Amino acid sequence: MREKLNSIDHFEALQDRLVSEWDRDVPTIVIPAGTCGRAAGADELIHATQQEITSRKLDGRIRLRITGCHGLCEMEPCVLIEPEGTIYPKIDPTEMARIVEAVARGEVLEDLLSQDPETGARIQKQKDLPFLKKQVRTILGRNEMLDPMRIEDYVRSGGYSAMAKVLARGAPAAVVEDVKASGLRGRGGAGFPTGRKWELLAKQPSDGGKFLVCNADEGDPGAYMDRSVLEGNPHSIVEGMIIGAYGTGATEGVIYVRNEYPLAVEHADIALQQARELGLLGEHILGTDFCFDISLVRGAGAFVCGEETALIRSIEGKIGEPRQRPPFPVEKGIDNKPTAINNVETWANIPIIIAQGAQQFAEIGTANNSGTKVFSLVGKIRNTGLVEVPMGTTIREIVHDIGGGPAGNARIKAVQTGGPSGGCIPAEMFDLPIDYDSLVEAGSIMGSGGMIVMDEDTCMVDVARYFMNFLKDESCGKCFTCRKGTQRMYEILDDIAKGSGTLEQLDLLEELAHVVKDTAMCGLGQTAPNPVLSTLRYFRDEYVEHIRKRRCPAGVCKELITYSINENCVGCQACVRACPVGAVKGREKEQHSIDAEKCIKCGLCRNVCKFEAVDVT
Amino acid sequence: MPEIGLTINGLPVTVDEGTTLLEAVRFLGWPIPTLCYMDGLSPYGACRLCVVEIGEGAEARLVSSCTYPAQEGLKVRTASERVLRARRMTLELLLASCPQSKTIQDLAAAHGVRQQRFKQEYEDCILCGRCVRMCEEQMMAKAIGFRNRGENRSIGTPFDIKSDVCRLCGACMYVCPTCQLRCTYNEPERAICGACANLTPPCIDKEQFNDMMCYMSPCVACEIEKEG
Ligand SMILES: Cc1cc2nc3c(=O)[nH]c(=O)nc-3n(C[C@H](O)[C@H](O)[C@H](O)COP(=O)(O)O)c2cc1C
Ligand code: SF4
Ligand code: SF4
Ligand code: SF4
Ligand code: FES
Repeated sequence: MREKLNSIDHFEALQDRLVSEWDRDVPTIVIPAGTCGRAAGADELIHATQQEITSRKLDGRIRLRITGCHGLCEMEPCVLIEPEGTIYPKIDPTEMARIVEAVARGEVLEDLLSQDPETGARIQKQKDLPFLKKQVRTILGRNEMLDPMRIEDYVRSGGYSAMAKVLARGAPAAVVEDVKASGLRGRGGAGFPTGRKWELLAKQPSDGGKFLVCNADEGDPGAYMDRSVLEGNPHSIVEGMIIGAYGTGATEGVIYVRNEYPLAVEHADIALQQARELGLLGEHILGTDFCFDISLVRGAGAFVCGEETALIRSIEGKIGEPRQRPPFPVEKGIDNKPTAINNVETWANIPIIIAQGAQQFAEIGTANNSGTKVFSLVGKIRNTGLVEVPMGTTIREIVHDIGGGPAGNARIKAVQTGGPSGGCIPAEMFDLPIDYDSLVEAGSIMGSGGMIVMDEDTCMVDVARYFMNFLKDESCGKCFTCRKGTQRMYEILDDIAKGSGTLEQLDLLEELAHVVKDTAMCGLGQTAPNPVLSTLRYFRDEYVEHIRKRRCPAGVCKELITYSINENCVGCQACVRACPVGAVKGREKEQHSIDAEKCIKCGLCRNVCKFEAVDVT
Repeated sequence: MPEIGLTINGLPVTVDEGTTLLEAVRFLGWPIPTLCYMDGLSPYGACRLCVVEIGEGAEARLVSSCTYPAQEGLKVRTASERVLRARRMTLELLLASCPQSKTIQDLAAAHGVRQQRFKQEYEDCILCGRCVRMCEEQMMAKAIGFRNRGENRSIGTPFDIKSDVCRLCGACMYVCPTCQLRCTYNEPERAICGACANLTPPCIDKEQFNDMMCYMSPCVACEIEKEG
């Protein structure tokens, strides 16, 4: 049990003590063990490290810190050595003995370091990784500094100072002014100015209480930045919400997190408990008159429950179905009380704004889009992972400088931003700065920050069909045009991908897409046509080719492609063995052939062939 | 009650606070087609037929008039090109799903929609939710409700178990725009009403249909179905 702090002075004394007791020079092995790290084997690494440290009697001489995700997905499971900042990627537990030895002796293991893909040179320090060079990691950078299950780590690295500063200053309206001046816009997708939202909430009558909500529903497939922040640094969210409550007069807080994020739920729960123990949350925070508590609500994981009115219903225990706005949640939210909802990353920015000062925060990024934004970079790219860059960074910088360009030989042709209801932006437009307004102009959205890189082996009709399949299942189904419209768009896309589409259907698809956008009630339906409209806008010829020539230029749509074997074949029989349906025929050392009748177009033959002898046409 | 001033089709009007756009527009006598809206039931906003255009320039957008509250200074257009385009497409979608509903046929005809270009379906329910609201708000029974989402959304009793709060009053069928006035069975070539045979949504077993107060009497469709 921690001792409760009864005043701001007490808090500052604790923080000073934690800082002064901390010896920076003790070598520390840092192992990122977020959900992704654990999936890659971080648990075994941790176990091996503990064993090595104990068996070598190095306890106290070498520290081990288990943190949340650092965003270096391509390198997981990895090990970071402090204070030097040496990074060892993709480490097998059997290597830990050598690493612990080397750390104890202050040496570096050259052979385990990562290599520059171009020059082959070894890279020792994490900060020199090409993936990190152009990033500004204001939010993600803090994950490596702390064990999310230890509030002391957070306090030592400066945590809760912003809260203490605000409490000591004692002017709630100034908090709202700071957030307004910072220019922060909501990171959940729509980019609504956070300060304005808070100002509206502060103005609401407070007799019956007011709510603040942290939206950690994160339903976009492939997006995991909110999970990483909540898992890796839950106290930053808690601190953000306390500051928000002080500024707006909110009395209750809710963290709404999807049940599929068990680690995030666990860490958030522990964080709330520890904050309460220290007197940072609950009645009379740090001995002041200010009271505010936060509860945790687990969501059932429907995409539409991320929409704010559906989320409110879900918190109230009803079906997660959006409702008409106005009235806006800021007027009538949870139990009809004024409610402000913000995204995880929005909340994580609040302590930073207060600590740095609004002006300094506003200097990062561009005029209308201040601060940094975290993206999850995935797809046909060399370095995947979590990327944090100033707003206004171009797509090219993210894809080529940070992402390291294409993963294979195929040319990159587009990025898809904004999650399932986002849009595709073609390579010709990669100089587009990433910010809320530019993306909307280009027919896409920021969404919560998903970024999928696509190359010439990606078929845009197939992409649109894939997302429409997701959306037709995830529409809440209330609005007829959203429910039926997404089904009908899927139906037409499916026809086109199967080679039975017509040009009339293409026109109908476009007409329907515009009407669904116009008539749907909530953001899901209003953005659902984006995958169709943006691919039609930039890649219409791919659609036409599917229809007119019954051909899929990317070689993806199964009904429109055939596999055949060319004269490069040396008759090695690899494909014969690989084919699950026995469609490949041919004697050893003679050119093989594929029986088109039997072939199920799974592509396994092409994958196993070492001689580029399997063609797709 | 505080009053609100807005403009509808260029005409300045004043209404009580809390009035919906649909109420305001209809009060002035302009027509707006509706399907899920029904006097006496709370507005739900499911069919999207009642959309009107609000706002100007880049801010202009469509909203469902049955659920949108009148707001000070709002500029409303009930029959702009954008509204008509949306309405026609919505009707085309309805026709493609429920061609056998007389209500939908009449609405489509009134708006000049004479063809539909999608693959023809024969569904019984457009999930307008009239029956659900009727049962809950007027019959005070709450026997039926929505389940699932997206493509799998449907209407029925909790866990599909025969409801013990249903009074077999038949109100749900009475208000249903696709059962009521249905002119063909769900196979277009069989020109019988078939309303009872299509009673999947409410909580009534086919066997019990005879006990019900069928508003379609005399109707033999259910008998035909039983023998077949
Ligand atoms: C279909 C749909 C899904 C959404 N999902 C999320 C989500 O997972 N997380 C989130 O923060 N916001 C989501 N939003 C946006 C929220 O409605 C809301 O705008 C946001 O949480 C406000 O926070 P912000 O101002 O900090 O961005 C979603 C919106 C829609 C329409
Ligand atoms: S637009 Fe779609 S998801 Fe949103 S309320 Fe309507 S049916 Fe539900
Ligand atoms: S018949 Fe049953 S389900 Fe239908 S309205 Fe009456 S009580 Fe409700
Ligand atoms: S059964 Fe009829 S009234 Fe009920 S939702 Fe379906 S179409 Fe509407
Ligand atoms: S009548 Fe308004 S949406 Fe159905």
